[in-house]
Amino acid sequence: MLKAMLGEAWLAMGANRLRTALTMLGMVIGVGAVVIMMAIGQGAQFAVQQTISTMGANLFIVLSGSFTTSGVRSGSAGGPTLTVGDSEAVAELDGVINVAPTHQGTRQLVYGSQNWSCTVVGTTPEYLDARAWSIVQGAAFSDSDVRSATRVALIGKTVAENLFAGDDPVGKTMRIQQNPFVVIGVLGAKGQSLDGRDQDDTVIVPLTTAQRKVFGTPFLGSVRMIMVQAESAENMAKVEASVEALLRQRHRLREDTPNDFFMRNLSAAAESQAETTRTMSILLGAIASISLLVGGIGIMNIMLVSVTERTREIGIRMAIGARQRDILSQFLLEAVMISFAGCLLGLLLGIGIALGINAFTGMVIVISGSAALVAFAVAATVGIFFGWYPARKAARLDPIEALRYQ
Amino acid sequence: MSQPASEAVIRVVGLGKSYATAAGLFPALKGVDLAIRPGEYLAIMGPSGSGKSTFMNLLGCLDTPTIGEYFLAGENVAHLDPDALAILRNRTLGFVFQGFNLLPRMSLQDNVALPLVYAGLDKETRRARARAMLAKVGLERYAESLPNRISGGQQQRVAIARALVNEPRLILADEPTGNLDSHTSEEIMALFDQLNGEGITIVIVTHENDIAAHARRQVRFLDGQIQSDHLSGAVAA
Repeated sequence: MLKAMLGEAWLAMGANRLRTALTMLGMVIGVGAVVIMMAIGQGAQFAVQQTISTMGANLFIVLSGSFTTSGVRSGSAGGPTLTVGDSEAVAELDGVINVAPTHQGTRQLVYGSQNWSCTVVGTTPEYLDARAWSIVQGAAFSDSDVRSATRVALIGKTVAENLFAGDDPVGKTMRIQQNPFVVIGVLGAKGQSLDGRDQDDTVIVPLTTAQRKVFGTPFLGSVRMIMVQAESAENMAKVEASVEALLRQRHRLREDTPNDFFMRNLSAAAESQAETTRTMSILLGAIASISLLVGGIGIMNIMLVSVTERTREIGIRMAIGARQRDILSQFLLEAVMISFAGCLLGLLLGIGIALGINAFTGMVIVISGSAALVAFAVAATVGIFFGWYPARKAARLDPIEALRYQ
Repeated sequence: MSQPASEAVIRVVGLGKSYATAAGLFPALKGVDLAIRPGEYLAIMGPSGSGKSTFMNLLGCLDTPTIGEYFLAGENVAHLDPDALAILRNRTLGFVFQGFNLLPRMSLQDNVALPLVYAGLDKETRRARARAMLAKVGLERYAESLPNRISGGQQQRVAIARALVNEPRLILADEPTGNLDSHTSEEIMALFDQLNGEGITIVIVTHENDIAAHARRQVRFLDGQIQSDHLSGAVAA
């Protein structure tokens, strides 16, 4: 029965090919647009997620904060309010897996006749773990290097390319602020950070060495920043709260005194960017779905015309025994088939254009099965929703009137 | 209603139908009584407006009466819902129309098999029975053709094959020769004669005397009532 009806719906669609094709066009454009929007939206989200994963997961930083002296307020990281002791205490907290006190700034590097300016990060070995940063050549420095403030350095890929230009940097000596540092390792490539900076344009040295030889510091043991990695995304908030409580206690802040440090959630920043992209693609998808609605109205229009044109056929079918539900399902099936065919073409068109965008602009696109599934669900819904009224109209025709119709 | 209905294929009692018009309720049919026995060959005649079309629509279960009872194969069908009537049309009745009413996009075989689709039969059975019916009306060689490839007379033969395919209790033919020339009309009537000879009950609506003459009983309508009921030329009622 269903097979016979499918065949008939196919015949009916084929009887007026141009009209069927034009009716489908609305669906084709609508579904195509939705697919493209979803591909771009999910692509952007994917790109952001990749950036987050190079930054390190579940990270937040504590910056030594502003303090007020005689009414003059310093900015963030304005004063040395955090100490190595704070960092060690934070490391003891539950849910914290890595803590890295860091101090960073931009300095000039010199090697032979070359020189290069880049970010110098003074930190502990945990920093590499927190940021999931690998060493591709040589080895990382150790806690004992931090304790004894040895002059060793790990360099990023960009630094290796620009300062050493082809030489094997491991074992070479370069100078930072006139102090000789031995390069003991080359860091793996990470690419751009969220704000577009080149993360590979970095030199990492032991914290103590950085404080004494590179940046200088008002008093030893103070740090500008502590990077904290929580165990999981779920307990980020809990860890943040306990870090804040701990630091307030250690800094002996009274309840009405504001924090003398700042906390920044790096993952949250990245996620808010992902959220923006998501919102954008939902918005664009919503606009695209309006064309689906218009396509659906087109289907309804043509089905109404078709019911009128085929009134006599409906009368004949009723006379030889078609029940109302037979007529209803025949016309509904036809609407759904037009809708599905339009959806399939729209899907192909959308994927084609999305791939084209990727090929010509290099924009990241993600074509997911869920997008196709959504498109098909929408097509079925549109077909049934807009096919229902014409089909019901056909099913409720009076057989005598319908047979008399010329 | 007290008398047994088993004898008659069709028995109508006090059948009436009124239509609402701008001028008020118009009675198209005013209390008709008629019984048709199995194997009868009956012509319904009358001028236009006599109520014969209304009567035909009621007999064909295309419409329901305003008043009265209609027993089809012993079952009272006067007040059934549209779907129940559709099943009756499918299983119990076969229609032949003046305008042939074949579906133009379907092959003749599919046209003939269409009632079997609504009867829910499988594809092989449908095919076999449609083929057999086309063979019966002598058009098996056109099974795969579309209706517009054959003549009007041939189309009417296909329509008769379609009416017969689900083995109905009776055939209702509404002006079956109205669109045909006299020679072809004779051929179609010869086919009806042959079918009646095989025991099939046939009711033909016509306004032509020579067509009605093929039937063995002529019922004449006038002003919504039966004016006369002749059996083989003799007055029956």
